[in-house]
Amino acid sequence: MKTLAELAALRDKMKDKVALREGTGEKRIVVGMATCGIAAGARPVLNAFVVAINEAGLTGNVTVTQTGCIGICQYEPVVEVYESGKEKVTYVKMTSEKAQKVIEEHIKGGRPVKEYTIGEIKH
Amino acid sequence: MIRSHVLICGGTGCTSSGSVALKEALASELKAKGLDEEVKIVMTGCFGLCALGPIMIVYPDGTFYSRVTINDIPEIVDEHLLKGRIVDRLVYNDTTVEVEEGAHISLNDTTFYKKQKRVALRNCGVINPEVVDEYIAMDGYQALGKVLTEMSPAQVIQLMKDSGLRGRGGGGFPTGMKWDFAAKSVSDKKYVVCNADEGDPGAFMDRSVLEGDPHAVIEAMAIAGYAIGADEGYIYVRAEYPIAIKRLTIAIAQAREYGLLGKDIFSTSFNFDIQLRFGAGAFVCGEETALLTSIEGNRGEPRPRPPFPAVKGLFGQPTIINNVETFANIPQIILKGAEWFASMGTEKSKGTKVFALGGKITHTGLVEIPMGTTLREIVEEIGGGVPNGKKFKAAQTGGPSGGCIPASHIDTPIDYDNLIAIGSMMGSGGLIVMDEDNCMVDIAKFFLEFTVDESCGKCTPCRIGTRRMLELLTKITNGNGTLEDIDHLEELAKHIKATALCGLGQTAPNPVLSTLRYFRDEYIAHVVEKRCPAGVCKNLVSYEIVADKCKGCTACRRACPVGAISGEVKQSHIIDKNKCIKCGVCVTKCKFDAIIRK
Repeated sequence: MKTLAELAALRDKMKDKVALREGTGEKRIVVGMATCGIAAGARPVLNAFVVAINEAGLTGNVTVTQTGCIGICQYEPVVEVYESGKEKVTYVKMTSEKAQKVIEEHIKGGRPVKEYTIGEIKH
Repeated sequence: MIRSHVLICGGTGCTSSGSVALKEALASELKAKGLDEEVKIVMTGCFGLCALGPIMIVYPDGTFYSRVTINDIPEIVDEHLLKGRIVDRLVYNDTTVEVEEGAHISLNDTTFYKKQKRVALRNCGVINPEVVDEYIAMDGYQALGKVLTEMSPAQVIQLMKDSGLRGRGGGGFPTGMKWDFAAKSVSDKKYVVCNADEGDPGAFMDRSVLEGDPHAVIEAMAIAGYAIGADEGYIYVRAEYPIAIKRLTIAIAQAREYGLLGKDIFSTSFNFDIQLRFGAGAFVCGEETALLTSIEGNRGEPRPRPPFPAVKGLFGQPTIINNVETFANIPQIILKGAEWFASMGTEKSKGTKVFALGGKITHTGLVEIPMGTTLREIVEEIGGGVPNGKKFKAAQTGGPSGGCIPASHIDTPIDYDNLIAIGSMMGSGGLIVMDEDNCMVDIAKFFLEFTVDESCGKCTPCRIGTRRMLELLTKITNGNGTLEDIDHLEELAKHIKATALCGLGQTAPNPVLSTLRYFRDEYIAHVVEKRCPAGVCKNLVSYEIVADKCKGCTACRRACPVGAISGEVKQSHIIDKNKCIKCGVCVTKCKFDAIIRK
């Protein structure tokens, strides 16, 4: 390492890797991972979110974590998106493909994907 | 892709309570459950809450598990890492905070951490100390880069002076001034030495910094080298710190590999490299001139000052010698500025100080607090108070060089000058809490025993004087003391302080002087009444069974290791005082408070 620029580049690259330990980001994606969720396929969904957040370089702002059963087992896999100051958005019957769209439109774009939310599916 | 980091403390405290085995068990369990690609295990330095080790933190949620055993691993993996359900029974639950059902308070909000301000310890328990990239992610080596490319040595020294940083090894000498002296000494060859010979009983903050964040010390030493014009550094570390030595060795190799040590650092003409030297455990080698003599390959004995090391130090060349914790503060001061550092603390003591809490306190461990925090806040809030409902009697700071702070001074804001004013000293930061069951004469004797053992023997006041003091203390605790002995003790103490060659001897009488100052009544009780008020000094204690209260349950009789208690079932028992060895086990066994200690 011979220049400050090289040091800064390495720091920026490594920052994403340790960002996980900085505490919770501004946005939290919570995947239901109780028995019902796992049986319905929550693990691939969780991993899809983790991969997408990492690839988008959003690890500093967005935290992906799990939770237990919230009682709507028939709608699993359930994914909830929390953002401070905003109402929680609950996505149901999620898949890895749907996860991509949520990342693009909701997490990056700030527009919840209405057709996947619990209100839409129920009706 | 990694979605979760599990941090396990790899400091000496948690290692001895089994954290290495824990890590291996977790790794194999993760593999068995197919989670090894998603969950990363990170061995870190000390989190500070050593009493509750082994400690584990799971991110991103930041769940803090304490006293984790190998048997808990499958549950943590199945429940938490797979299903996201926190294993409640293992969560460190600070009971003084009301927690909503199902939710857990953040670590930083617990009373143990809330009042702390982590500067020297900022990376301890956060990064993996064996991976330089993680240090770099936390702005590591940015300060060195800034200094080499943007600042002149004089500017660096001015910045250190402005920050008000004082030596954390105990003396509290202003770091910037020390650097200035060395910079002004003219010589082709100069040295930077890191004093990691932490010898005070009960102090382990330097060890924790070296184990948790070794690169911070390396970076700061290079900065110091640039400031004074040195190209070589030595870290003098105790051989009793194997984990610290291992991590330092790894860190130095990684820094060299990255070109952060070596020649032409950051393409400037600045060269700097560091070597390790291991101390064999002599307390006197923590004294700077003895330490230098030891690095030179000689027997570790102090030499008179002046000349000070800044003028004539290692191998006769100008040398600065700073303590580990002092160095650990420096990269932060360079990056955040002197004003930032000077905004913390009191008028004459800036920044923070790390204390190792030990003795009669609930949260044994390591805390870093702004200077000026009161002893009450440290003991009662951060430390969780004195356990078992006992009363706080005194705190001992500064180890064998320091003194006792009695309960009447518990509201004193802790800084260098206040501690000296009340007859103690900062020392390296060991803080031992004592309750009503501690005998202050015995405490003074304990520290004197230590200094007598550790005196190097070079100067007469220390070699002979401390031994005479110990003999007087032994006489008093054995119940043979006279009032004249107390006067002699005081007189000797004053002479040794004034005439000993080095810091070890000059400060050795402090534990006696400070206990005489605040607890003279206890000395007098030993001498006049032949009584030890705390019931510690065996020659002055006797045990008796109160016949009215004794139910004849035989619990004490069965527990007595020397068969000194006799009596029939359901009849009152008696203790044979000739046989009794005063171990006190009978008192702990009696359910009826029938045994009294006098």
